[in-house]
Amino acid sequence: MPDVPSAVNVAWLIPLFPLAGATFLLLVGKRAGKAAGPLATLMMVASFVTGLVTFVQVSHRPAGERSFIKPIYDWIVSGSFGVSLDLRIDPLSLVMILVVTGVGALIHLYSVGYMHDDPRYPRYFAYLNLFAFSMLLLVLANNFLVLYAGWELVGLCSYLLIGFWFERPSASSAAKKAFITNRVGDLGFAIGVVLIFVSFGSLDYDAVFSQIGSLGGGSATATAIGLLLLAGAAGKSAQIPLHVWLPDAMEGPTPVSALIHAATMVTAGVYMVARSHAIFEASASVGDVVAWIGLATALMAAYIAFVQDDIKRVLAYSTISQLGFMFVGVGVGAYTAGVFHLVTHAFFKALLFLGAGAVMHSLAGETDLTKMGGLARKIPFTATVMIAGWLAIIGFPGTSGFFSKDQILEGAYASGHTVIWVLLLAATAGTGFYMSRLIFLTFFGKSRVEAHQHPHESPPVMAFPLGVLAALALVGGLLGLSPHGGRIQQFLAPTAETFAITVRSDLASGTQTEHSAEGHSVLPGAVLPPAPEERESGLSPLALSAIATTAGLAGVAVAGYMYLGAFDWQRRRQRAGLAWRAARNRLYIDSFYEFLFTSVGKLVAVTLAFVVDAKWIDGVVNNVGRGMTLLSGTVRKVQTGLVRTYALGVLAGTVVLIGLLVGRTR
Amino acid sequence: MEKYVFWVMAFLSLGSAILMIRARNPIHSALLLVLNFFTLSVFYVLLDAHFLAAVQVIVYAGAIMVLFLFVIMLLGVDRDDVVEERIPLQYPLAILLGLAFAGIAVWTLHTTVGGAQFRGIEAANQGGNVEAVGRVLFTKYMFPFEVASVLLIVAAIAAMVLGRRREEEETASLIGDSTPDGREPAREPAKVGDER
Amino acid sequence: MIQPAQYLALAAMLFTTGVVGVLTRRNSIIIFMSIELMLNAVNLTLVTFARMNGNLDGQVLAFFVMIVAAAEVVVGLAIIMSVFRRKASASVDDAKTLKW
Repeated sequence: MPDVPSAVNVAWLIPLFPLAGATFLLLVGKRAGKAAGPLATLMMVASFVTGLVTFVQVSHRPAGERSFIKPIYDWIVSGSFGVSLDLRIDPLSLVMILVVTGVGALIHLYSVGYMHDDPRYPRYFAYLNLFAFSMLLLVLANNFLVLYAGWELVGLCSYLLIGFWFERPSASSAAKKAFITNRVGDLGFAIGVVLIFVSFGSLDYDAVFSQIGSLGGGSATATAIGLLLLAGAAGKSAQIPLHVWLPDAMEGPTPVSALIHAATMVTAGVYMVARSHAIFEASASVGDVVAWIGLATALMAAYIAFVQDDIKRVLAYSTISQLGFMFVGVGVGAYTAGVFHLVTHAFFKALLFLGAGAVMHSLAGETDLTKMGGLARKIPFTATVMIAGWLAIIGFPGTSGFFSKDQILEGAYASGHTVIWVLLLAATAGTGFYMSRLIFLTFFGKSRVEAHQHPHESPPVMAFPLGVLAALALVGGLLGLSPHGGRIQQFLAPTAETFAITVRSDLASGTQTEHSAEGHSVLPGAVLPPAPEERESGLSPLALSAIATTAGLAGVAVAGYMYLGAFDWQRRRQRAGLAWRAARNRLYIDSFYEFLFTSVGKLVAVTLAFVVDAKWIDGVVNNVGRGMTLLSGTVRKVQTGLVRTYALGVLAGTVVLIGLLVGRTR
Repeated sequence: MEKYVFWVMAFLSLGSAILMIRARNPIHSALLLVLNFFTLSVFYVLLDAHFLAAVQVIVYAGAIMVLFLFVIMLLGVDRDDVVEERIPLQYPLAILLGLAFAGIAVWTLHTTVGGAQFRGIEAANQGGNVEAVGRVLFTKYMFPFEVASVLLIVAAIAAMVLGRRREEEETASLIGDSTPDGREPAREPAKVGDER
Repeated sequence: MIQPAQYLALAAMLFTTGVVGVLTRRNSIIIFMSIELMLNAVNLTLVTFARMNGNLDGQVLAFFVMIVAAAEVVVGLAIIMSVFRRKASASVDDAKTLKW
């Protein structure tokens, strides 16, 4: 039995650091004062370092032996049903750990500056650390129940952080909206978990995934489970129709938007689909459903982003759109591409959000794009890093975003989903358009900044993370240089022949190779299968890449014409048509939901309160009382108090009784 | 011979009874009841119960009814009753139920002992009815006889206790009325049968 | 021959008359007299049965009924007199405290 890397033995340190930080700050945070920020950041850095060491050690292992299970605690022991809190260290979870702790640490550092004057400074960091712990629990889980626990916890932290400035009614409403929308999706998720248990008898990943074969290809159970899990993923990752919470979540502090709603929490859905890919592959149709939902979301969100004036809203819809891209990736079977895009998106979206925060900070909280412009001269550093992020997201050749987006498109094309590929190209063009619009309106052109503003650069504690993220956004593409030989793909898709190694317990080894319905080899222990195989005929990867880049640049060109050139967009707006107004109003989806739940709900409530309760139920009760009163009012007249009526009664009774007796014996 | 006596007496008996309950004047009622008792005495003679016939006249007609008459005249209730009945349906229902009761009784009698005959008590009446009754009374029914004598003493004592005039509160509490003797009651009019 | 059933029927009718008298009259003394009528009807029944059965038990019992009736009349009239002294009325309808 190969020896276990030392870091894996202490893998529990990874979630422990932020948990300790959160606990400490929640209990005595007020007294910690301004030390809370650095303390929390230190916890994140410690967690990141531990994760990095683990990663280095694990990656030195041969490709087949990179999955470990570290048992922590037997949580539920109930007859034949057992769930234990184990940590799973394998390539997929390691990638997620690095993203969460790395980007998280940078955002913590940024927050030290951004939230410096906030009266509830320690509590903010307590929540941030708690969130980090929850997310780590989610990705380190080895079974669906612990996954669900982490899932719910991140939802809670999201609520706490979105509503951090709860004095604002809009903030607390947004927090509620996020939580409730998540709950709707989580309901499906929970039912899916139950169905998994019912079908496979266990909730452990290894136990479930190894039994997938027993369901048969394209089975209905797998489809049902897949759809239910998808419901949860759609809620958490803001896909149609549960996307409505994310734009409103921008009410929270900007670093929160960067961490939770760009880099980590919203990616939990993608992670979960990737982790459970065996289930999605066992069904003939669920993968397509995932891909089409992702595509629709990508297109819709891009369209709405065309006309938003709030800088954070644009980024929010951009996040939704990019998440749609990721869903397309995992939906068509290109799991590694989806996860790769997750990583690069974490880099450049966090960068963009933090940069937007810097812009807002320099303009005393202004978020309206129509009141910006020409800021490149005033805050050049911020402008530079934002441009780096912009290049990445539009897929400029050489940036990280270029590689990851290309691979998703390639995956869609290669797996035969040509229609999806075409439409995704349209979404790519849209991405280019709205992001360029944002950059041009903010940093270039005539300045529309109001007279009282004094734009200034951010302090170093905020600038440092921006710089690091900018670098990662630009060169992070090295992680996946080519579609089939990319390092991250290789890392994520070992051709393993053994099951995950459980630390300090028995090793189960076997060499079984199962073939899934599509014909790949899906080997037990493999974290993610390799990307779908290339089509026989069709375009080469290079051609595909060129087409994608052209689409993106086309969008940039249109934006340049509209917002840098002679086009008078401000006047054109006054004659805006339905298309503009619909996008402005978020395609009226939010209004529809509000109508559905408040109006209909109110109708139901009013009916129940005033008709059912007041009239019927109260009526029954009151009428029982009245009936009794009437009855007793009538019956009491028997009591005349007069002896003679009583005597009459006696006689009547006697006659009746004797008559009965006599008649009986007759 | 017995038959004629029976029917005449029966008619008289029932007639006096009905008239008794209908009479307005209580004195008339009492006298009619006396007549009824006399007829019953005749019946007892017909039934060979000579001792009882005598006792009936002496005790009932002679003592009890005299007592009744004394009380009636003492209390001065020989005025007229108020004629109308205040309780709705009391009168018709009473008649109806009474008839029903009588009907059931007579019919039961008819079906059970309808055909029976008198066995006669000539044998039991050896030595005369009085002696015969005495024989039975003082042997078989000795104990009830003694108890009955105690009962009579108790009744006499009770009458003395109830009849005397004592402190007003005690008597008042006995009958639940707080107005002392002699004074007009606050709300009660001094008329028989008047309600409100 | 007079049959016992005729005596018994007569007794039943006298009894019924007494009952109706109790129910119909308001004067307590007349009610009392009706009760005496009922008792006498029962006496008649007893004596008839004595003659029917050929022994004197019925007569003895009727004798006892008379004794008890006498005692009862004494006590009852004393009560009526007490009540009359209080309320100056002999109507039984006056005792209606238990009215609803």
